[in-house]
Amino acid sequence: MSTATGNAHEGRHELAHYFDSTRQQFESHKLAMWLFLCTEILMFGGLFCAYAIYRANHPEIFLYAHTLLDKNLGAINTIVLLFSSFTMAWAVRAAMLGQRRLLVGLLVVTLLCGFGFMGIKGIEYSHKWKHGFLWGEQFDYTEAVAYASGKGHGDDHAAETGHEGAHADDEAAIHTEVPAATAGDEDAAAVMAELDQAAAVTMDHGHDAERIPRNLHIFFGIYFVMTGLHGIHVLAGMGMLTWLIVRASRGDFGVRNYTAVDLGGLYWHIVDLIWIFLFPLLYLIH
Amino acid sequence: MSTGATTTVDHVDGHDHHEGNYLTAGRGLRSWLFTLDHKRIGVMYLGTILFAFLLGGIFALLVRTELLTPQQTIMSADDYNRMFTLHGAIMTFLFIIPGIPAALGNFILPLMLGAKDVALPRLNLASYHIYVIGSLMAVASILAGGVDTGWTFYTPYSTTTNGAVILVTLSVFVLGFSSIFTGINFIVTVHRMRPAGMGWFQMPLMLWALYATAIIQVLATPVLAITVLLIIAERALGIGIFDPALGGDPVLFQHFFWFYSHPAVYIMILPAMGVISELVAIFSRKPIFGYKAIAYSSIAIAVFSFLVWGHHMFVSGQSELAVVIFSALTFSVSIPSAVKVFNWLSTMYRGAIRLETPMVYALVFIFLFGIGGLTGLFLASLATDVHLHDSYFVVAHFHYTMMGGTMIAFLAGIYHWWPKMFGKMFSQKWGNIGAIVIFVGFNVTFFSQFVMGAKGMPRRYFNYPPEFEIYHVMSSIGSYVLAIGLFIAAGVLVHSLIAGKKAPVNPWGGATLEWQAASPPIHHNFDSPLLLTNPYDYTAQRWDEAEQGYVPVDPEKEPQTT
Repeated sequence: MSTATGNAHEGRHELAHYFDSTRQQFESHKLAMWLFLCTEILMFGGLFCAYAIYRANHPEIFLYAHTLLDKNLGAINTIVLLFSSFTMAWAVRAAMLGQRRLLVGLLVVTLLCGFGFMGIKGIEYSHKWKHGFLWGEQFDYTEAVAYASGKGHGDDHAAETGHEGAHADDEAAIHTEVPAATAGDEDAAAVMAELDQAAAVTMDHGHDAERIPRNLHIFFGIYFVMTGLHGIHVLAGMGMLTWLIVRASRGDFGVRNYTAVDLGGLYWHIVDLIWIFLFPLLYLIH
Repeated sequence: MSTGATTTVDHVDGHDHHEGNYLTAGRGLRSWLFTLDHKRIGVMYLGTILFAFLLGGIFALLVRTELLTPQQTIMSADDYNRMFTLHGAIMTFLFIIPGIPAALGNFILPLMLGAKDVALPRLNLASYHIYVIGSLMAVASILAGGVDTGWTFYTPYSTTTNGAVILVTLSVFVLGFSSIFTGINFIVTVHRMRPAGMGWFQMPLMLWALYATAIIQVLATPVLAITVLLIIAERALGIGIFDPALGGDPVLFQHFFWFYSHPAVYIMILPAMGVISELVAIFSRKPIFGYKAIAYSSIAIAVFSFLVWGHHMFVSGQSELAVVIFSALTFSVSIPSAVKVFNWLSTMYRGAIRLETPMVYALVFIFLFGIGGLTGLFLASLATDVHLHDSYFVVAHFHYTMMGGTMIAFLAGIYHWWPKMFGKMFSQKWGNIGAIVIFVGFNVTFFSQFVMGAKGMPRRYFNYPPEFEIYHVMSSIGSYVLAIGLFIAAGVLVHSLIAGKKAPVNPWGGATLEWQAASPPIHHNFDSPLLLTNPYDYTAQRWDEAEQGYVPVDPEKEPQTT
């Protein structure tokens, strides 16, 4: 630990009175950020744990329900976030080298990626909302069956939310058959073939097998909590980026003072990293 | 631990001398509410936490009064449920978790490191503000109809009952942030702000304890955060994860809850053990016995604390294998705890024990914590736990550890550092009287609960069979005695502020760095270069009659006598 005193070599960097050196100050702030990231991981860890338990106990729910998600949008969002992590890392380098214009530009690109991610997430959420692919009792089983067979409308089912065979009278659902599903839903068809009778709800009485796993809403409960909490973190990160952009264009950061950009970058990477786990766990189930 | 190594650390920059001490360094309410000074934040924490303690104590007395008779005494059964819930929630989340780390730790940790402040003063202030907001939310829930779930918020009851469950769980979420911020701050400060010459094994044991506590705060609290968020989502949206009617699993809630809340009891007790480690050495005038054993046992407790949560769920239907493993792990956590107790006793052995008020409390701690710890073994044993689970035996056990342990150590710490905090000496005589009244009242209150619990009295019941009345009456009378003792203890401190003698720099003869600062310290803590010594070497100081405190022996002028 250096005992350097005085502010001569620090440039614009303000050394708080309780630190002996800028290095000590920088390392303290960096350690604090890493500890904060640990708390983030443990917070999401609870949800990953819930995910693991329900998936282990009810694999059929996850196999079936994930086909109701849009893999392509999820993949695009993954690319968007990965790219934003790249621009963020580059921004940190620009800050270290004192390249102010480049720094501002890269932060803006990162922020735009954040908007892009949330926009695509918004499209996905509104789609789920429209079809009633929601949590708990809000989940629309009729619509889920109809959607899986490529005939989802979502118009005339709104009043009949519920589950466990409550929609036997819905003609649109009854006369569709899962094995005849469109090409994109082969997964669902395969799952249905494997389904144990006991684990499924018969959607019609006496007609051909139109079965759907019980408690599909569990998947969507977990999906919305995990992606929702992640989305809140992206929003927080976008707020942070805006603040960094304001400070960077003011010229606050320099060769000796890039701590805030560095720490912001760490936060942005952890948010990205969590999504890297969420995407395969929720969208790519086999 | 290196002995005799004496280094001088120059920490004084000489260009920021404020007038007077930290209490007078700025005036007005704003200078307190928005201060970045760790000492002021600690003092504000202390005041707020003691207020929460008073509130939780009032609820406790109301509960005990209701239980004086087997039937309704002063309140309805619903009100009774709300009372014991609020007592538990306030005492746990507002008083005993932040108690020692946030109030005493904030004040003492930078001083013990010879630092000018914690590493992140703004985060420290934010932690206090968040604590106040969370506390206000908890108190507001009383006005919003109260909560009757018990402080554990078990599902599915907590997701179906009426009342302000969302508000209370949200307040727990907010308070969790306060706890995390304190934890991050302490870890960073201990890592980065130790003075040159103070390695890990030259740190006072209080810092080891606070460090181990901070690790638990940082790693366990986020899990509680997500748990209460899920409860809120369950109530507000019907998310179904804990709701059996929707295919959810209520036992999963118990796992999540205890994954935090078991480590949380070590957040409560570890700093208390740190306080006792300091006090036992200072008031026995003898270097602490087994320094490294105590230091490592703090870390061992922190690690073990994450592996034993299942012992709260022995009767919840978890697998037999899990039950056996959790039982074995629970027994093993008693090893590092016992290591500490034996080291304290060995420190006192043949020491020159001085029964000053902080030491009296420390002795009370060792006695009560010993009972609390040993009765824990009954609960860790599977066969006995099935009988004792959810009985008053459990209530008595955790009050012996949490109240007889942590609260007593909190009082010991307050008395010990009071002269440093406020520069006033208190009446030792009345301080000791208060400690003895508390000791008697406490044992009457809770020992009777061991007996009735073993005889089968379930916890949380409003009515009970008449054969338990004698124990309940004893317990209630004990609680009044306990309350009187606590008021005496508080009165002694308040009196010292008004009429106490001025405190010397080092009234107890401590060798840790905070006793080199003025009483009370100046704004930037130290006004002269620090003399870094072994924190448990008491040979380099002597009692000075004129000063009414200990002064360092100047090795060049006076030959050492020991």
